[in-house]
Amino acid sequence: MIELENVAYSYGGGALLSDVSVSLGAGSFHFLTGPSGAGKTTLLKLCYGALTPASGRVTAFGEDMSSLERDGIALLRRRIGVVHQDCQFLDHLNVSENILLPLAAAGRQTSDAAEDLQELMAWVGLGHREGALPPELSGGERQRAALARAVIMSPDVVLADEPTGNVDWEMSQRLLHLLVELNRMGKTVLIATHDLSLIRAAKAQVQARVLRIANGQLQLAGADL
Amino acid sequence: MSLPEDILMLVRGDTRSDQVVPPSEFTARLTVFAAAAMGFLAVFALALTLAADRLADSWGDGLARTSTVRISAPAAQMPALQATALSILETTAGVEAVRALNAEDQQALLEPWFGAGLDLTTLPLPGLIEITEATSGFDAQGLQLRLEAEVPGAVLDDHNQWRAPLVASAQRLRSVGWFSALLLGLTAAAMVTLAANASLAANAQVIRVLRLVGATDRYIAQAFIRRFTLRVLLGAFGGAAVAMVFVRVLPPAADMAGFLSGIGFEGAEWLLPAIIPLLMAAVAFLATRYAAHRALREIA
Ligand SMILES: Nc1ncnc2c1ncn2[C@@H]1O[C@H](COP(=O)(O)OP(=O)(O)OP(=O)(O)O)[C@@H](O)[C@H]1O
Ligand SMILES: [Mg+2]
Repeated sequence: MIELENVAYSYGGGALLSDVSVSLGAGSFHFLTGPSGAGKTTLLKLCYGALTPASGRVTAFGEDMSSLERDGIALLRRRIGVVHQDCQFLDHLNVSENILLPLAAAGRQTSDAAEDLQELMAWVGLGHREGALPPELSGGERQRAALARAVIMSPDVVLADEPTGNVDWEMSQRLLHLLVELNRMGKTVLIATHDLSLIRAAKAQVQARVLRIANGQLQLAGADL
Repeated sequence: MSLPEDILMLVRGDTRSDQVVPPSEFTARLTVFAAAAMGFLAVFALALTLAADRLADSWGDGLARTSTVRISAPAAQMPALQATALSILETTAGVEAVRALNAEDQQALLEPWFGAGLDLTTLPLPGLIEITEATSGFDAQGLQLRLEAEVPGAVLDDHNQWRAPLVASAQRLRSVGWFSALLLGLTAAAMVTLAANASLAANAQVIRVLRLVGATDRYIAQAFIRRFTLRVLLGAFGGAAVAMVFVRVLPPAADMAGFLSGIGFEGAEWLLPAIIPLLMAAVAFLATRYAAHRALREIA
């Protein structure tokens, strides 16, 4: 689905990522860990075309990202649901409008998705908050809404950046369950997280590979996780 | 990103598609107001242009092709002098027809001033010959010289002498009208471009979020295009409507001593000011479209 080949990236200073290669195959489930500032978010941004690698190649659904125009990237993003670490909502739209935004942007009738929306909102525990504006939400509520938005289009790939950073254990299990369910439906999932207990919980449910970034390199983490 | 598709999207697109951009009451009101003012002025510029046009036409046409030769002489010599004058005129290039006014014609001309029942024979009236010009026109100076040489007391009243500057100024007035309309159009384009640029810059973060969820440039641009086109349409429509009411209640032409043919619209001409809001909306559409696509190229 998404492949990075010998990717290097830097924000101007020293190389943040050097020679990173990874393949997120169809139906795979990955975790991405590493110390804060190691470049997890950066790696995700490379995956959905928000950043362009300094060298190397990023391929999504068989297309070389660097060969795509802005609109081509936009079309790819409809197939990649992203939970952004900083959520990225439109603050003047309420929660349900924000969750439906990918549908609206794709020119689809948002009214057709009313049922999916209801179900999703209930699952992430936001059923009673749909009319609220994003600034009125707690950190955890924002993350849950962000996850709902990432999956509303039923994308082929879900990239989640710290989706459980601000929620309690029980809610994090619910969110994980949602992602596991999507993975069982054949979707590709990548979760960036510090939370080792989340990784352990997931390993009990799915075949998950754990990647670790440190010093600009990506390694497969040991079985100790 | 074809133009026809963009227009189609504007007409039947999702009416809520522009809500993805946060509303800004203040700039919205300013845009509507500026559009209204321009719509108002545009209607007056149009009325002025049409009036000048009518004026130029009527002066150009009605009087254009006639001149008069006036012969002052004792009554006894008059027939001979008139005959000479007529023969000169008939052989002048550019003269289509000549006619000597007879007693009844003169009576009819003078009646408004002296009333009916005037005995012309008691008055030393000049002899009058009416000339109808061919479209090519004739050499007025040359004719005057020939008449002076052969018909003492003959004077050529060439209407062109006083008509030409009037026609010229009416035509200039008409050009000023068109130029004003053009300026208004350009000002509208500039105003919308400025407002749209400000709005695009203020909403850079919104644009980034829309891109993250898979919005294409066209989708994002459409939100802005739709908003500005509708605002300008609304404002210009209001301004033009008010101006049309003003024009309607202006004193009619007859009361203005017929000098200006009356600033106003006649019959089907009323359709023209009604088109102004549509034209301004089209200008707004194109200006926003241009500004949006340019800004979207820059916001990485
Ligand atoms: N836009 C940017 N410009 C310059 N430097 C940046 C930018 N974004 C991130 N960085 C730097 O790049 C490094 C990696 O950032 P990144 O967000 O990828 O880390 P992360 O692994 O996601 O960290 P965390 O676990 O805290 O989310 C950090 O040192 C950060 O300061
Ligand atoms: Mg991060």
